[in-house]
Amino acid sequence: MNDPLKIAGKSFQSRLFLGSAGYPNQQVFLDSLAASGSEILTVSVRRADLTGYGEGLLDLVAGKVWLLPNTAGCSTVKDAVLTAQLAREAMDTNWIKLELIGDRETLYPDVEQLLRAADELVREGFVVLPYCTDDPIICRRLADVGCAAVMPLGAPIGTGLGILNHYNIETICRNSTIPVVLDAGIGTASDAALAMELGCDAVLLNTAVSKSNDPVMMAAAMRAGVEGGRMARLAGRIPKRLRAEASSPELGLIGT
Amino acid sequence: MTLLHRPDKPRVAIIGGGIIGMAIGWRLAQSGASVDIFDRATAGQGATRAAAGMLAAGVEAEPGEQRLLPLCLESQARWPGFAAELEVLTGLPVGLRTEGTLVVASTRDEVELLRANYEFQRGLGLDLTWLSGAAAKEKEPFLNPRTAAGVFSAKDGQVDNRLAGAALRVALEKTGARLHEGVDVTGLDVQTGRVTGLILGERTIPADTVVLAAGAWSRLIPGQASPPPVRPVKGQMMSLSMDLGNPLLTHVVWAPKCYLVPRADGTLIIGATTEEKGFDAQMTAGGVLALLDAAWRALPGVEELPVKEMWVGHRPGCRDDAPILGPSAGLDGLVLATGHHRNGILLAPITADAISCLVLTGRVDPHIAPFGAGRFDAARAA
Repeated sequence: MNDPLKIAGKSFQSRLFLGSAGYPNQQVFLDSLAASGSEILTVSVRRADLTGYGEGLLDLVAGKVWLLPNTAGCSTVKDAVLTAQLAREAMDTNWIKLELIGDRETLYPDVEQLLRAADELVREGFVVLPYCTDDPIICRRLADVGCAAVMPLGAPIGTGLGILNHYNIETICRNSTIPVVLDAGIGTASDAALAMELGCDAVLLNTAVSKSNDPVMMAAAMRAGVEGGRMARLAGRIPKRLRAEASSPELGLIGT
Repeated sequence: MTLLHRPDKPRVAIIGGGIIGMAIGWRLAQSGASVDIFDRATAGQGATRAAAGMLAAGVEAEPGEQRLLPLCLESQARWPGFAAELEVLTGLPVGLRTEGTLVVASTRDEVELLRANYEFQRGLGLDLTWLSGAAAKEKEPFLNPRTAAGVFSAKDGQVDNRLAGAALRVALEKTGARLHEGVDVTGLDVQTGRVTGLILGERTIPADTVVLAAGAWSRLIPGQASPPPVRPVKGQMMSLSMDLGNPLLTHVVWAPKCYLVPRADGTLIIGATTEEKGFDAQMTAGGVLALLDAAWRALPGVEELPVKEMWVGHRPGCRDDAPILGPSAGLDGLVLATGHHRNGILLAPITADAISCLVLTGRVDPHIAPFGAGRFDAARAA
């Protein structure tokens, strides 16, 4: 099935973005990445080793994936802009996943700071993918300032609670003029499938794979979940009914 | 590996005077080899000094690393003998303690995570006991009253890695091994595909076998055909001083986001951050904040204790977190003993036994067979 994901004019065959943090070790990460089929890898600029020593994560994935640096750990506009600029220098990309965290307990995005930072970075020529709350209005405002995609949360980071507000995610997807990438909260493969069924263009996940007992198998499961959900969305689900209806014809049976 | 010509007194040059290089050197010298150890700085002052010395094969077992567990358990079992031998030879204590290790959790999320890890580790056959919050606090009365659950691992303990490093220095001296400090190895002397010695600037040191045990610095030794996939993994740590008459803690405790290691002299070690920052060696405010916040949540009494020391170390992190133990894949005469990551202290006894056996006899101990240097070539080809 040729159904590429397009963001900022770039096409990807996979609709699964993978995060690079928290794996048992680099080899498990590399094997998980391969099993996931992901073409887009998010990397925390502040936590990545940018010294080029030779065995860092960036060295190991060089040329294999599209890097999406993120501003994890930033809490002010200034912080985030500086981090994005550092990423552009160090990783040679103008793409940035913009994270501006409001507090350490909930790890919720601070949308007021987010909008300002997104606006500034877009004007500086960045391709901005902001991590935001599952709020249709902020998603629209982020599209209005020129973001390349929006990344609403399914549930708080690292919780694995799945998609807590189906209605909002569906509303965001229905109204969005730019791709919607569900980010955060995915716990298992059915959550990823559900995101795609609700109309998301892609899914970003990390902990659900990296902290699984078998990250490589879970990465493969997520790939299948995303692909299944996408195909189901395109195929179209049947209307829900309140009463049963037999799938075989009831008329014309032998003996009637 | 084509073996050495087995001279009566084989000459072995070891690159790196950490606990791994020193323990291998000691074992080789005991067997009659002529041993020279070269350290870029001072022996035992890198990761060997920075470590916390936990011997915790059980509670540290995590998904994806099951393959490493038998090696860790075997080495842990060898520690009492290794420590006793070292103490008898040198007359110095190494602070081996076997009173067990406690893992604690307070919030619902932490308890759920502890339960998942406990079930995973029990599934590996590890001998662990689930404790109520009350039972955990009975073992450690100063734990946060909110402590809701714990896991006790009777077999996991600790050794004082700094004392062990100091004792190994003396052991080397007593067995006739020579330690050369502040020496940069500038190359390997390679003759027709075989390492025949070390190059130190203008000098060449002939050796029948060279052992690479340079920890996080292993890739930086010039002249290797394929440098091992080992990188520095920065860790920030600190220590506090407990009142010896009424110590705040007596067991090693793993809490969410930190571990606490009480020493016999009243030192309480708090560790450790895990950072991909190359050889950056600075303490940061965020690092100290994270350590103290996590320690204070587990053990509120730490706020009263004087700060004793803060330091940074570099774990030799291998790509799959397991060490590289065995003949070099590309060069005869070179043996690798590096990439021990967070397990260098724990794995010192088995590394010393198996690598000295390999150097002297050419035999690969079955315990280290899965950890050869060639495993990454296979991964690369796949």
